[in-house]
Amino acid sequence: MVQLEVFLQTLVSGLLLGGLYALIGLGMTLIMGVMKIINLAHGELMMVAMYIAYWLFTLLGIDPYLAVFIASPALFILGVLIQKYLITPVIKVESILPENQVILTVGIGMVLASLATVFFKSDYRSTPVDYASVTWYLTDYWANSPIELSISLLWAVSFFFSIMITIAMWFFLSRTDIGKSIRATSQDSDAAILMGINVNRMRSLSFGLGAAIVAAAGCLFIPLYYLYPALGGQFTLIAFVITILGGLGSNVGAIIGGLVLGVFESMTSTYIGMGWAPVGRFSIFIAALIFLPGGIASLLHRRRFGK
Amino acid sequence: MKKYMPFITLGFFLIFPMLGVSTYVMHIFILLLMWTTIGMSWNLLSGYCGQVSFGHAAFFGIGAYTSGILYSKLSMSPWLGLPLSVFTVGILSFIIGLAVLRLRGPFFALATLASGEVFRVTAENMEWLTSGTLGIMLQQRLWVSKLPYYYIILSITVAVFLLMKYLLSTKLGYYFVAIREDQDAAESLGINTTLYKTIALIVSAVVTGIAGAFYMNYMGYIDPHIVFALHDISIITIMIVMVGGVATQWGPFIGAVIMVLLQEVVRSIPGLGAMHQAIFGGLLIFIIIFLPNGIVGDFKKIKRFFGLRSA
Repeated sequence: MVQLEVFLQTLVSGLLLGGLYALIGLGMTLIMGVMKIINLAHGELMMVAMYIAYWLFTLLGIDPYLAVFIASPALFILGVLIQKYLITPVIKVESILPENQVILTVGIGMVLASLATVFFKSDYRSTPVDYASVTWYLTDYWANSPIELSISLLWAVSFFFSIMITIAMWFFLSRTDIGKSIRATSQDSDAAILMGINVNRMRSLSFGLGAAIVAAAGCLFIPLYYLYPALGGQFTLIAFVITILGGLGSNVGAIIGGLVLGVFESMTSTYIGMGWAPVGRFSIFIAALIFLPGGIASLLHRRRFGK
Repeated sequence: MKKYMPFITLGFFLIFPMLGVSTYVMHIFILLLMWTTIGMSWNLLSGYCGQVSFGHAAFFGIGAYTSGILYSKLSMSPWLGLPLSVFTVGILSFIIGLAVLRLRGPFFALATLASGEVFRVTAENMEWLTSGTLGIMLQQRLWVSKLPYYYIILSITVAVFLLMKYLLSTKLGYYFVAIREDQDAAESLGINTTLYKTIALIVSAVVTGIAGAFYMNYMGYIDPHIVFALHDISIITIMIVMVGGVATQWGPFIGAVIMVLLQEVVRSIPGLGAMHQAIFGGLLIFIIIFLPNGIVGDFKKIKRFFGLRSA
């Protein structure tokens, strides 16, 4: 019974973690789909947003969850600026290696992380909100429950918000005109131009949106996690693993990929060891590359068109 | 003049230690040659063959650990690691290649990045073999003087330079460039792209591994965060070639000179040390936007900018 309890608890915390991962992956998949480049500064953008949330909390006492509404627009603007003044010029430049854009985002990430170190020092910081220790236990609600499960309020709230933002994104992309234009650009930018879509504007917009989404994810993460300048790199990798696992440029794939990765990671840390969680992450990544190169999106596709 | 450049450079490097320079300058020159070697190996795989790798730290680290484990677990001379790392790195890079060479462009880049991280975490956690984050330390280095190390790395660098020159003058070199320019077209012309990409990866990895094994012997201490470092090894490798000149013979050397000197300058100015990533990142952004083919590759552009020759 204890075995089952541990397993279920691991599954629950994995799903909660996965919900946040999905949000991180969603931002990256949006940028990758439209721009056809990998944004290796993704985690660093999240780090910037987390610092915004941290300072808003420490100096003004604004709750990190409310900081979403300030950090996201700020990162949206930052994303648009990066796209407009750094990435667009590079796309036009003739060079031997087409991967220049990816290396460029590495440079942007390095600058952001290093500036954060200079200004805020490498101290570990966190936002100790006063409701941080609230936890719900299953036995409180169902006294005779044979097993015990617990959910922390913070995790539940973060998960809830992340699902809400994901749904809002889905609604935006599939129901609004701008969303449809973004999707058209990601499908075929030449055709989109012919349909009268301002492709350059859509690119800036989607880079900004991707940054805004990951900023939201950062704000949801900060009450649960701690913050330091070098934190970005690991989240960039997580976002990338999710995008590969989910299928390139597929939003549903990114969500499922995030959940799968969250569960998988929490399983490896429970059953193999904490330190091995990153290895678990990358083995799932390499397994996805070998056995499921199209990602989860290709499975969904196959079912839809298979008959 | 241009014809004699390699000989002049080589001559300079041969007689340079006899000028009675300090050990600090010797240290800089040893690092410079080591980075040139690593840069040349990256240039083969990524510059000529077009497979941009973000994971050369993996090969560097495996080479260093081959040497270190020989010493710490088998009590043998760590110098045996230099020849032995050819096998360990060769085999492991072949296995990595099986997984990552299916991918193209940015996806290949990220998969190599992930493989570098996998090795770092593995080295941290396999404590029975690698002593985990404690690292491996040589009780005593073979020589106190820097001179023997200098000539060893110089001969490695020269050998690698000649190897690259030879490889690129054979058919292999043309295959590599064909793969970089258009992989599908190369395949349709009957080039076995998988085979040649694997060759490029293994040669590149082995050279980096030898440099890693040398690093272990020279520095006398390694831990997973040093030798499998993403920013301090993999990204610096990329920067060296990007700054110097992608797919040029002298690019890695020029890039290594600039990067090693820049690193030392930044380190020696107080208050600037914490900024070094920002400076490197800024330099990388600048190079990519204004000199996308590096200093050697875009030398004409630089000349024109300074008005030395009107275009």
